[in-house]
Amino acid sequence: MLESLPTQELLGGLLIGTSAVFLLVFNGRIAGISGILFNLVFNPLSKAELSWRLAFLIGLIGGGYLMLPAVFELRQGYSPILLVVSGLAVGIGTRISHGCTSGHGVCGIGLMARRSIVASATFVTTGIMTVTILRHYIG
Amino acid sequence: MHGLIIALISGLVFGAGLVLSDMVNPVKVQDFLDPWGSWDPSLAYVLGGALAVTLCASHFIMQRKTPLLTDRFHLTVNTRIDGRLILGAGIFGVGWGLSGYCPGPGLISAIMHPNEAILFLPALVIGGWIGGRFMA
Repeated sequence: MLESLPTQELLGGLLIGTSAVFLLVFNGRIAGISGILFNLVFNPLSKAELSWRLAFLIGLIGGGYLMLPAVFELRQGYSPILLVVSGLAVGIGTRISHGCTSGHGVCGIGLMARRSIVASATFVTTGIMTVTILRHYIG
Repeated sequence: MHGLIIALISGLVFGAGLVLSDMVNPVKVQDFLDPWGSWDPSLAYVLGGALAVTLCASHFIMQRKTPLLTDRFHLTVNTRIDGRLILGAGIFGVGWGLSGYCPGPGLISAIMHPNEAILFLPALVIGGWIGGRFMA
């Protein structure tokens, strides 16, 4: 197993964790992407609240851009209906539960929040159920 | 102003981490969520690596009364584990599995895979709006 240690995944994870810690220790903010996005779009309380969120998201996409070209082959011809339903479900679910993979998974568990541990266990479980049904019973 | 630069750098590092770790590859995410099929457990190392940092650092950060640049930590005071949390997280997981995108990789797909982002991202925002109606 050791020879196949996924170095890039581990390094990427360390970067993500470092980013979250950085934002928390300097700005006192949680690097939860769904929260940052939705507060930016639906809850622009003040210019200061708006601008740090915008800066973070510009950085996020810019940081992704700097790491391109990606090595993997892009998926082609994926069902448009699945993409739309997926977007709706991710939006509804993360807004209701106040967090996604980053906010609950990385930051919340990092702070040992029981809410986030429960939320993460739940979305991984329903994610597995969904892919299993999609690939083995429908697809 | 410094806070803005911190937010920008934090975003940059986060985005770089998502691409480097392959979290932005939706097929790989679906493989991770497919233990009875073409299972690829390597993405567990992404969460593992991230948690290794956040778990260690949070312990020290939370001993501080304030962050380095601002007057307080903006953390949720909500500790309730209720139906809304479970329902929301459950719906999110279904959406995550259906496409392989969670919000961060979904946003980065705007530059990596615009053909999919043009469907996923507007739906994500509309979903967020619908979710907000439930919270009123």
